[in-house]
Amino acid sequence: MKWSALFTSSIGKKLVMSLTGLFLISFLVVHVGINACIFYDLFNTQDDGQMFNIAAHFMGSNWVPRFLEVGLFAGFLLHIVQGFMVEFQNRSRRGVGYAKQMGNKGSKWYSRSMGLLGTLLLLFLIMHISQFWVPSRITGLPEASYNPEHHDMFIKMVETFTDNPLMVILYLLGVISLYYHLIHGFQSAFRTLGVYNKRYLIMIRSIGIGFSVLVCLLFALMPVSIYFGWIGYSN
Amino acid sequence: MEHYNMNLTLKVWRQKNKDDRGQFETYQVKNISSEMSFLEMFDVLNEELIRDGKDPITFDHDCREGICGACSMYIDGRPHGPWQANTTCQLHMRAYKDGDTIVVEPWRAQAFPVIKDLMVDRTAFDRIIQAGGYISINTGNPVDANAIPIEKDKADLAFANAACIGCGACVASCKNSSAMLFVSAKVSHLALLPQGDPERKDRALNMIAQMDKEGFGGCTNTGACEAVCPKEISISNIARLNSEYLRAGFTVDK
Amino acid sequence: MLNSRIPAGPLENKWTDYKGHCKLVNPANKRHIEIIIIGTGLAGASAAAALGELGYKVKTFCFQDSPRRAHSIAAQGGINAAKNYQNDGDSVFRLFYDTVKGGDYRAREGNVHRLAEVSANIIDQCVAQGVPFAREYGGLLSNRSFGGTQVQRTFYAAGQTGQQLLIGAYQALERQIALGNVIQYSRHEMLDIVKIDGKARGIIARNLVTGELERHFGHAVLLCTGGYGNVFYLSTNAMGSNVTAAWKAHVKGAYFGNPCYTQIHPTCIPVSGDHQSKLTLMSESLRNDGRIWVPKKQGDARKASEIPEEERDYYLERRYPAFGNLVPRDVASRAAKERCDAGFGVGTSKQAVYLDYADAIQRYGKIECRKLGINNPDAETIRKQGVAVVKAKYGNLFDMYEKITGENPYEVPMRIYPAVHYTMGGLWVDYELMTTVPGLYCLGEANFSDHGANRLGASALMQGLADGYFVIPYTIGNYLADDIRTKPIPTTDPAFEAAEKEVRARIERLMGIKGKQTVESFHKRLGKIMWDKCGMARNEKGLQEAIVEIQQLKKEFWSDVRIPGGVLEMNPELDKANRVADFIELGELMCKDALNRRESCGGHFREESQTEEGEAMRDDNNFQYVAAWEFKSDSSWELHKETLEFEVVKPSQRSYK
Repeated sequence: MKWSALFTSSIGKKLVMSLTGLFLISFLVVHVGINACIFYDLFNTQDDGQMFNIAAHFMGSNWVPRFLEVGLFAGFLLHIVQGFMVEFQNRSRRGVGYAKQMGNKGSKWYSRSMGLLGTLLLLFLIMHISQFWVPSRITGLPEASYNPEHHDMFIKMVETFTDNPLMVILYLLGVISLYYHLIHGFQSAFRTLGVYNKRYLIMIRSIGIGFSVLVCLLFALMPVSIYFGWIGYSN
Repeated sequence: MEHYNMNLTLKVWRQKNKDDRGQFETYQVKNISSEMSFLEMFDVLNEELIRDGKDPITFDHDCREGICGACSMYIDGRPHGPWQANTTCQLHMRAYKDGDTIVVEPWRAQAFPVIKDLMVDRTAFDRIIQAGGYISINTGNPVDANAIPIEKDKADLAFANAACIGCGACVASCKNSSAMLFVSAKVSHLALLPQGDPERKDRALNMIAQMDKEGFGGCTNTGACEAVCPKEISISNIARLNSEYLRAGFTVDK
Repeated sequence: MLNSRIPAGPLENKWTDYKGHCKLVNPANKRHIEIIIIGTGLAGASAAAALGELGYKVKTFCFQDSPRRAHSIAAQGGINAAKNYQNDGDSVFRLFYDTVKGGDYRAREGNVHRLAEVSANIIDQCVAQGVPFAREYGGLLSNRSFGGTQVQRTFYAAGQTGQQLLIGAYQALERQIALGNVIQYSRHEMLDIVKIDGKARGIIARNLVTGELERHFGHAVLLCTGGYGNVFYLSTNAMGSNVTAAWKAHVKGAYFGNPCYTQIHPTCIPVSGDHQSKLTLMSESLRNDGRIWVPKKQGDARKASEIPEEERDYYLERRYPAFGNLVPRDVASRAAKERCDAGFGVGTSKQAVYLDYADAIQRYGKIECRKLGINNPDAETIRKQGVAVVKAKYGNLFDMYEKITGENPYEVPMRIYPAVHYTMGGLWVDYELMTTVPGLYCLGEANFSDHGANRLGASALMQGLADGYFVIPYTIGNYLADDIRTKPIPTTDPAFEAAEKEVRARIERLMGIKGKQTVESFHKRLGKIMWDKCGMARNEKGLQEAIVEIQQLKKEFWSDVRIPGGVLEMNPELDKANRVADFIELGELMCKDALNRRESCGGHFREESQTEEGEAMRDDNNFQYVAAWEFKSDSSWELHKETLEFEVVKPSQRSYK
C-alpha cells in the first residue's frame, strides 16, 4: 500500500484532520496559558501586563517556539484546506437531497456543522492574526515601559477591546464557534485515531468537554475583563 | 392496545426509472387501521391505485419481520420512520394519528441510485463485502467447533455487529452518505473473532478502498447512523474500524 | 417405478460408501463445466460457495436485490447438530431417530441418516466462517433444547440463527464472486427450465429491473428456491417467497413429492385484521420457558391477569406430560386449534392461546436472587431479576411482539396462534438430490426429502446447509463426470428459443387480460380456500370443494386479472401475477394430494383418520409411500409411489405423552 493511498483514503483524510486538530488543540493550551498571564493583573494591580509580555517575548524570541510556529502555520493550513476538501467531497455524495431533513433526530447540530464552524473560525483567525500576530512580527509594536527589548503586547489588547463592544462581540462569537468546534472535534479526533474502548471514550468525552469549557471560558474572559476594566493599566 | 382508524395524506416520491427526474405525488388514504403495518398501508394505497388504473408505488420489501433488510423508506426525515431500533416493515400505524401528513422518500446517496420510486440499488454493499467481508475458508476444512474457545463477551459483541441487516439506513441518515457504520460492523464482527485474525489487515484496507470507490462519503462521527440503525449497531465500531485500518495501513508490508 | 437410488449396505455406511465410490470430475474439467443455481438462501448460497471452491463455473440467481435477503435469514431458533457437547446422550443415531419419528415415519431413512451424519460438520464449518454462535462463559458453544427432542443439541445465535448462518454462507458466496468463480444475478427471476435431449441445460430468466428475458446455459441446474407456504397467502414466509421456479420445473417433468405436507407453526402472532399481509413467527424456543394455556371456562372474557391459576388449563402439559410444552409443532398446533374451536380461545378474535412467561420470570428471578446473595427478596426484586434474565434470552422476540401488537409481553401473556410456516413437500429428488429431470437438482426446503410429514424445529437450517455444503458437491460430480465432453451449448439453440418464446407468450397473455381484479385479491382468495379446506385439518368433502373452487378461481384469474404497467420495465405486479398463477395450480395439486392421502400423518391431518383421543392416525399399510405427482396437462396429474422401507426404525404410533 502506497503512503499516498493511505492518506487519501476516507480514513486517511480523517487521520490528517484528527492529527492536525490535536496539534492545534495542543497549541490552544499554550496560547490560552500564555494569554491567561494577563489575569495576574487581577491579583497584582501593578502588573500591568508585564508577566504576559515576558511570556509573549519568550514566544517571539526563542528559536524553539519560533520553529514550532512554522509547524503551527502548516498545521493550520493543512487542517483548513483538508477540512474544506473533506466537507465539499462529503456533501457531494448525496446527489439529490431530501425534501425533509433529518435535523437533530440522531445527531447534534454542531457535529453536522464542523465545516460551518470551521469557516467562522477561519474568518475569526484572519481578523485575529491581522490584529495581533502581524503587528508583533511584521509591522511592529511599541516597546514595553519596563524593558525596551520587549514588545508591549498587552497594550495592544487593551486598545483593541477598550470601548469597542463590537470587537468584544466578534471575539465572543469566535470563542463560541471554537467551543462547539472543540466539543465535537476533541472526542472525534480520538475516535478517528481508533479509540473504541468504552471506558476510554467516556473519559475522553469528559476531558473534551472540560477542556472546551475551560479554554473557551478563559479566552472569553479576556476581552470581557478588559472591556469592563477588570484588568488594565493601574493609574 | 386501543384500536382506531385514521385518514392520512401521503407525499411520496415517484420516479419512473433511474433516468427520470422524479417528483412528489400526494395521495389521500382513508380508514387506515392503527393495527396495520406501514407497508400494509402502502399495500392498501397500491390496491387503490391499481383499481384506478394508475401505476402502483414500487418499494423494496420482503420478509416484513425486520430481518432481511430489504425495506428502505425515508419517512418524515428519518430512515425507517420514527421508532427506535426499527425497520419500516415493523413500523405500525399506531405511530400516527388521524389527519397526519407523511412524507416518504427513497434512500438518497449517489452510491444508491434510485431504480424506481422508493426502490434503490444497494449492490454497492455486496461489492464491499466482496472486497474482504469474509473469512477465507473452503468447505470441509475446519477443526472441531469447540477447538477454538472464544471469550463470551467477545463472541457476543461479534454477534451484535454481525446482526447488521445491510439495509443502508446508516448511509441514508449520514450527512456525508458514508457507509462507515456498515463497513465497521463487518470489520468488527470478523476482527473480534480469532478466525478472522489472519486476514484482518487486508480486510480493513480493501473494504475501505472499495467503499471509497463506490462513492460513499467519509465519516465525521456525527452519530446519526447509530441513532437510526434498526439493529442498534454502535458507532464505537467505526472507531474500531479506524484502529484496524490505521494499524494495517502503517504496518502492512507491501 | 421411481428409483430413489439409495446406496446398498448398512444404514450407517451408506454415505461413506457412496462418497468412496461416486465418480469424480478432475479439476481441469471442472473449469469448463457451468452450473446454474436458482435461489441464494442457505441451500443455494452454500452450494454456490462450495461448488465455486471446487472450481466449477457457477451462476447464481435471486429475485431479491442481494443474496443476503433470502428468507433463510428469518429463521430464529437454531440449528441442530449431533455434537453431544452437553453429554446428554445425543448421537448421530439419536438425531436420525428423532427426525424420522418427528416426521411421522414418512421420510427416507437413508437421507435422514446422511443428514444426521453431516450435521456436526456444519457447525464446524460455520464456526470457521465466523458465525458467532452463542457461547458459555468458558468460551465453548452453548446449546438449547427444541421441540420433539429430549436432548440439547440446538446451536443458536440469540433469536437470529438463520441470519447468522445465511450471512456466513453469503460471505462465502461473495468470496467466490470476488474470486471470479461465481457470477451473481440479483433481481432476476427464473421463469423456465430449458431441456435439451431430456436433460436440464439452462434457464430463461427475467431481469426484474429492465423486464428483459435472458437465456443462460448450464450443464446442470440447481433449484434452491425454498418453500411454497405463500400458497396460503398468509404465512410466515417472506412476501416474495414463491413456487414459480419449482413449478416450472414440475411442468417440465420434475415430479412433485408430497405437496400436501405443510407445517403449521404453533407460536405465531395472531391475525389482527383483513389488511394483514403476512404473519410473524415467534421462535419455538419460547416454548422452552413459556407455558401455554387457555381459560378452563368457555368464552371467558376476563383479562389474563384476572384468571386465577386454578381456572387455567395448561392443556399441553395436561395432555402430554412427558414433553409438555415441547411437543412437536404439528401436535402443538392441532392442540391449539382444538381448544380454540371448542370455544376456549382468547383475545378479541378468540383465535389465540396464551404463551405465558410469568412462571419463568419468577423461577429465573429466584435463581438470580440466590446467585446475587439477596436473602428474602420481595416480589418486586424477584420480578426485576427474572425479567432481566428473560430479556437476555428472548429480548429481541419480546421486542418484536411488542412492536407488532403494542402489548408488553413482560406484563401480559403473549397471544399466539398457529400459522403456515414450512412446506415439507417439494420437488421429488433421489438420494443424489436429482429430480426426475436429469441434470436438474433440488436442494433445501424446495425438495421433499428429509422431513417426512413434519419437520422438527431447528432442522430446516441443518438440511439447507447439509445439502449445499456437504451433499451436492459429491453427488453432482457423479452426474457431471459423464458430461465433461459436453461443450457449452450456445443459447441460440432452438430449445432456448422455444422456451423463451413460451415465457414471452405467457407474459403477454397475462398483460393482455386487462381485467378488473388485482393480483393481490386473487392471492387472498386462494389463501382463504387453502387455509379453510387444506389447512390444519382436512376432510374429503372440503378438499373436493376446494379443488372445484380453485379451478374456478383459475378461470377467473386468467380472464379478469388486472396488471398495471408495461413488460419492459420494473413491474412488481407482473412478477406477482406470474407467481400467483403458479400458486393457483399448485393449490389444486396440494388438495388432490391431501385428498389422495386418506390417513393422518405429521402436519397432514385428515379428520377421517384420528384416534379416540384426537391424535393423528397413520395408515402404514396403505400410505407408507411418497406421493410423487407427474404433471400431465392442465389440472391433470399422474401419481407415482415411492414405497418407504424402514430397515432400522420401526414405525409406531408417535407418542409424546
